[in-house]
Amino acid sequence: MLTFIVRRLLSGAVLLFVITTVAYTLLYLGGGDIARRILGQNATQEQVAAKAVELGLDKPLLEQYGGWLSQAVTGDLGRSWFSGQLVTVGVSSRLSVTLSIVIGAVLIAAVVAVTLGVLAAVRGGVIDRIVQFISVLGFAIPGFLIALGLVLLFAINLKLFKATGYVPITESFAGWLASVTLPVAALAIGAIASVTQQVRGSVTDALNRDYVRTLRSRGLGSNRVVYKHVLRNAGGPALAVLAVQFVGLVGGAVIVEQVFALPGLGQLAVQSTTNGDIPNVMGLVLATAVIVVVVNLLIDLAQAALNPKVRLS
Amino acid sequence: MTELVAPVPIVSPTRAKTSLMRRLVRNPVGLVALFFLALVALVAVFGPLLAPADPNAASLQTILLAPGEQGYVLGADSAGRDVLSRLLSATQISIGAALVAVVVALALGVTGGLLAGYYGKWFDSVSSWLTGLIMALPGIVVLLAARAVLGPSVWLSMAIFGVLMSPAFFRLVYASVTAVRNELYVDAARVSGLRDGRIISRHILSVVRAPVIIQAAMITGIAIAIQSGLEFLGLGDLSVPTWGGMLSDGFTKIYNAPVLMLWPSLAIGLTCISLTLLANALRDALERSSTAKKRRRAGKVNGAPAERAAVVGHADDVRAAKGEVLLSVRDLHVGYDQPDGSVTQVVHGIDLDIRKGEVHGLIGESGSGKTQTAFSVLGLLPAGGRVSKGTIDFGGLQLADAGENVYRKVRGKRIAYVPQEPMSNLDGAFTIGSQLVEPMRVVLGLSKQAATERALALLARVGLPDPKKTFASYPHEISGGQAQRVLIAGAVSCDPELLIADEPTTALDVTVQAEVLDLLRDLQAEFGMAMLLVTHNFGVVADLCDRVSVMQSGLIVESGPVRSIFNHAEHPYTQSLLDAILEDGEPRGALAPRKEVSA
Repeated sequence: MLTFIVRRLLSGAVLLFVITTVAYTLLYLGGGDIARRILGQNATQEQVAAKAVELGLDKPLLEQYGGWLSQAVTGDLGRSWFSGQLVTVGVSSRLSVTLSIVIGAVLIAAVVAVTLGVLAAVRGGVIDRIVQFISVLGFAIPGFLIALGLVLLFAINLKLFKATGYVPITESFAGWLASVTLPVAALAIGAIASVTQQVRGSVTDALNRDYVRTLRSRGLGSNRVVYKHVLRNAGGPALAVLAVQFVGLVGGAVIVEQVFALPGLGQLAVQSTTNGDIPNVMGLVLATAVIVVVVNLLIDLAQAALNPKVRLS
Repeated sequence: MTELVAPVPIVSPTRAKTSLMRRLVRNPVGLVALFFLALVALVAVFGPLLAPADPNAASLQTILLAPGEQGYVLGADSAGRDVLSRLLSATQISIGAALVAVVVALALGVTGGLLAGYYGKWFDSVSSWLTGLIMALPGIVVLLAARAVLGPSVWLSMAIFGVLMSPAFFRLVYASVTAVRNELYVDAARVSGLRDGRIISRHILSVVRAPVIIQAAMITGIAIAIQSGLEFLGLGDLSVPTWGGMLSDGFTKIYNAPVLMLWPSLAIGLTCISLTLLANALRDALERSSTAKKRRRAGKVNGAPAERAAVVGHADDVRAAKGEVLLSVRDLHVGYDQPDGSVTQVVHGIDLDIRKGEVHGLIGESGSGKTQTAFSVLGLLPAGGRVSKGTIDFGGLQLADAGENVYRKVRGKRIAYVPQEPMSNLDGAFTIGSQLVEPMRVVLGLSKQAATERALALLARVGLPDPKKTFASYPHEISGGQAQRVLIAGAVSCDPELLIADEPTTALDVTVQAEVLDLLRDLQAEFGMAMLLVTHNFGVVADLCDRVSVMQSGLIVESGPVRSIFNHAEHPYTQSLLDAILEDGEPRGALAPRKEVSA
């Protein structure tokens, strides 16, 4: 167990190293005249050159990346070239917004998808067809279109929620809830669709297993067999899809945040990439990669808890 | 975004693409989706020619013109540009850019999958690692970073997205190729001197073609969604009209002119939905053709409903006839509902009596309906199967049309079941012990401690050397013979009156078979149970049974005391079964051909 976690963390560190190296190289190659962009059109050539030296842009790639990496290991990601804010501060304050809607969406998706998927697989017939049809639609319609539809319907026409803005949870819980409801719903619908299909598939598969018949032959009711044995066996594949969804939702949040004007990673990502703010972009890449590594590790641990055959070694 | 792409069934290469197409068109959903996509494709090709105005011609006079005014059929946008012209021109760019993504993903994924799957070795591990890396990245963050580097080109960003999506094709092709690579027909092709290129194109591409088409439809939809999303964020190239750009423009005027968002939303939404529905319809068509094939194969075994001929009966000897009848099956028909509403019958009306304490053999070859008979007594026929006619009387209880409520009082406590394949009949996610304890607590109402003690005693009784260790083990930690003993312990745990054993020794090693049969015989005597022993082995019948019924093609052809049948088998099928063991000395030899029995 412990060796498994250590090994996974090590391979995660390798993944982080590769991703940041690739990202830094790409940013370096395509960086263009960043110093000019920071100082604006009116700066003199000398000022621009001085700025470039100050930022270390005159050094070769290896040296620049080496400098970034040696600081990053100590937890120092530098400062934004444009706002001067510490990257760690800027990213982590926005990370909490993004994570709160992504985690909310994943939890809701898990609950709804398991309910719908089990219902469709166990009942079959008309219910199954309805669930399948809805989940195909939910899968096919892009998340930001759903977000726009929700804004139009619930915020602009029905005026149930504010269309934009974010209230920190520390300020007011009710306000926070109202500000994240629509974004979470917009994100969750697509995830529900995908996970429902997977749950339906793996429950159908598990229901046809021999041990289900044997357990029922021992006098266990079909509900008990479904909720205890089938669900646990179907849980593995469903969790794997949920993990993929989690990663996908971090990406989806970028767009949804923009629709609802939430101050999350998405906003920062759009600003920083259009400006070429390398420290911020690197911070974002690192943060998303860390999320991916951590989520995958947690899912693997959950898989092992569900299925004793998965050996953690 | 690393979106999940649903698994696609792999079918044999014999299925021609044309028949798939015909199947697809017959499905109304697939037809509508295909029709809409054809329309979109036409607009993509000819749209710019059809546009009534220059899509980029801005005008202060026409800003936010309502639909229909001044000849602007769909109105004008925030810069006074004609919405219809922009929509028509945008289709070409949006669809074209999505196709760039698909082509890049196809080129990388399919080539990589073929090479990695076919040649393996280092290429295999490198490309698997790369796909893992790509799939771990949140796609949109990469696209944003790429935009910072390469500028706002929709073509370039879609090409990069194609790279990000290539694992979807890679994994599909890789899985198919590794499955096919070691098939005999590929070996044969190699031996006969075909070059690798020919083998790949002839034998391997044909296998993956249909799933790749399905995947491509899905990925086109995802590409359109991502591309529109980027443009919606304002990160697209503003100089060309695109669906996402139009949507972004409409969003800024969401309070003044929400109708501006309608057209691009419809274009994006309907195209994505059509692509997904098309992919689903294709998959359904594929699955249907493969299940149809399977069913045809199954149908051959079960055969057409035979005429119900007279059953050859043997007079009971005095001892056996004395017992009270426990299970009485009359005119049992078992059928499976087909999607087209018909019912495929697999058991065509059989009678069967089992007396208290009797061991009754039900013998016949695979597909003769003996297992179906056993499952219908347990009320555990597979999905779609049901008792279509006849009665099953169990100690005064009618089971043929009984619901779950009746069966809950019967299963486990009065009728128990020992399956054929031991490993697949234990739930791998739970310990052996918990699977034994749970039914005892539910059925007998025992406390956890009492059930545990009883389970340990039973494990010792069925001959497991270390009951405590087995109790705490998971199914994958014990052997097949041990698993069968565990299943027998579970079956007798609630002291049943009737034990249905479905080929309980077929899956076991020969040395273990005899031990398990001995165990069953001992337990049957000890618990005073009746037993229905389903088998295709007359040796087992001779060893264990009091009476035997011979089943063929869903009918019982001969029935009576074992001794009598062994000595005077009358039905030719019974004789052929007996000959199979007597002559060869090999109890599991091939059975005589069916045509002998038509008499």
